[in-house]
Amino acid sequence: MSRISERFQTCREAGRAALIPYITGGDPSPQQTVEIMHGLVAGGADIIEIGVPFSDPMADGPVIQAACLRALQAGTSVQDLFAAVREFRRQDTQTPVVFMGYANTLEAIGYKSYVEQAAAAGVDGLLTVDLPPDEAGELTGIAAEAGVELIYLVAPNTSEQRLEYISKAAGGFIYAVALKGVTGAANLDTDLVAGQVAAIRNASQLPVAVGFGVRDPQGAAAVARVADGVVVGSALVQMIADYGTAPDLAQRLQDAAAALRRGMDAATQSGGNA
Amino acid sequence: MAIETEINPEASVHSDEGRFGRYGGRFVSETLIGPLEELTAAYAQAKQDPQFHAEVERELSSFVGRPTPLYFAQRLTANSAGAKIYLKREDLAHTGAHKINNTVGQAVLAARMGKRRIIAETGAGQHGVATATVAARLGLECVVYMGADDVQRQAANVYRMRLLGAEVRPVEGGTRTLKDALNEAMRDWVTNIDDTFYIIGTVAGPHPYPTLVRDLQRVIGIEAREQICAAEGELPAAVVACVGGGSNAIGIFHPFLDDRGVELYGVEAGGEGLGSGRHAAPLNAGRPGVLHGSRSYLMESAEGQIIGTHSISAGLDYPGVGPEHAYLKDIGRANYVTIDDDEAIAAFHRLCRCEGIMPALESSHAIAYAEQLAARLSPQQSIVVSLSGRGDKDIATVAAQEGIEL
Ligand SMILES: Cc1ncc(COP(=O)(O)O)c(C=O)c1O
Repeated sequence: MSRISERFQTCREAGRAALIPYITGGDPSPQQTVEIMHGLVAGGADIIEIGVPFSDPMADGPVIQAACLRALQAGTSVQDLFAAVREFRRQDTQTPVVFMGYANTLEAIGYKSYVEQAAAAGVDGLLTVDLPPDEAGELTGIAAEAGVELIYLVAPNTSEQRLEYISKAAGGFIYAVALKGVTGAANLDTDLVAGQVAAIRNASQLPVAVGFGVRDPQGAAAVARVADGVVVGSALVQMIADYGTAPDLAQRLQDAAAALRRGMDAATQSGGNA
Repeated sequence: MAIETEINPEASVHSDEGRFGRYGGRFVSETLIGPLEELTAAYAQAKQDPQFHAEVERELSSFVGRPTPLYFAQRLTANSAGAKIYLKREDLAHTGAHKINNTVGQAVLAARMGKRRIIAETGAGQHGVATATVAARLGLECVVYMGADDVQRQAANVYRMRLLGAEVRPVEGGTRTLKDALNEAMRDWVTNIDDTFYIIGTVAGPHPYPTLVRDLQRVIGIEAREQICAAEGELPAAVVACVGGGSNAIGIFHPFLDDRGVELYGVEAGGEGLGSGRHAAPLNAGRPGVLHGSRSYLMESAEGQIIGTHSISAGLDYPGVGPEHAYLKDIGRANYVTIDDDEAIAAFHRLCRCEGIMPALESSHAIAYAEQLAARLSPQQSIVVSLSGRGDKDIATVAAQEGIEL
């Protein structure tokens, strides 16, 4: 069983939703990424999403855009991020790591080379925002061979028919985008999310994680009641923007993850994960 | 769908599937797939509907002022002492550039689809002005994204857009030019897909835009082909057009694609020279990659980061190019060349002095190359150049080159 499936199974058995924090790799510097990853795990992260910085992050809002810029200005390369995961794996062989990014990074390095290097470093899944399954033909075989799972987005306006199609292509988990918009966008409509998750469950056996618009323990708690996983990105990335030079940055992120964890656990224990 | 790595020279260049060989496609986040499918279906239906064509044609003749003339540039021809140079006068279209052809067509489509809000990106401001114009004409709300640097160098066009009732939003992110305006327009679209129609200004972007915009710009080539045949009694030796995203070029090339004897030349912005790294010539100095929803040639670093471009003309200052051009390059049907800033400026002045026509700096790139090409051909031959727009918007830039402050 893959690390991702294993983790979702552990969470299900424990009656909790998976906490999936997102940070942009190399922000504020590539040297800090590993420490931040360990901090997030210590705070209760189940899966870590690492954003691969891209010069033109079209699907991201201003917070993650700025993080991409900081990471690139700090000289972050994809090789640095593979190296960070390799180092992370020396202490942590259990926590799944997912790379989230844009197609051109894979195109530039070459699908095969990229996937093989990612797998060797200990990356478990790839979520490439502008590479829907329709365009992923060649990547599909390469990823399967390397044991890397391809995670796909489902949007609020994804048709039922398309949901079927995405479900067939997807691995790891389904990432439900909670709203029409970019990352970091405003408020979560939990009723809508519940409906969306139910529709996905009809089409797919995979765990469903919800992201875009979850920014605090209350939001995370609301999502944890209906979904298998909760992705929190911009709120954490904003902390890196605010405290990037503070010596206790990793600790602050650990505390933030812990607060999200407590909110989610309280919700699932009181309300059940129905 | 697997990526075709083999280029088949016999394959149709009239792709309707959104793919041109291995280029094109729909590389977007999931939220945009639905709206793109909706647009593709709406356009497929409109294409079958004589009423749609009639309406677009009515707009083109009564509002845009088509057909635009094909003008024989006699003194410019004498100056280069070679083939006859004809100018396809898109500068005489309403709002002063070819951009209006596409904008009118997409606005008619938007109205058919019941969309009330129009967004657009713009570099030189010409597409923004064209979009603001049709939005005013149809009573639609209009927001235009423009790189903050372009807002500065194209101040007159920014004011024009505001006079027309559009809201211009300067984009501070990235390199503060056209590519960043496109990113921002995509972000707006993904947030407001229910009521918003995104009028893309060139043959870039995800399917169906490269085909949709090309179809709407083909009018340039259809007219030019008829006009040159009427004037010369035969096809031209060559057709020349500047390439930013590539819409005026594909528009004038496309009706000539099957005329194998007609050479096609797309002119990219050489900026300060290909060796300087400061240019906007992805077909000449870039490599294939994925940006803004399709696969095409790009200017990028080894790791796939998009690198900053430079051109004296804001409308060519773009690191990508329409996917159909990538395909035409690979199969060898069209040639892509560069003209640098200084050559373009010099051509700008020559056309002003020789012909009493002030070209856009974008178009000046095509003029400069056509002059070089003409000198290599015989006086019996002819060249058709797309004069994609007029140069009024650029006079501050040209004046600044000479140290004059207006
Ligand atoms: C006059 C003129 N010509 C050409 C262009 C470049 O666009 P395209 O390459 O799509 O024709 C522009 C863009 O702003 C323009 O204003």
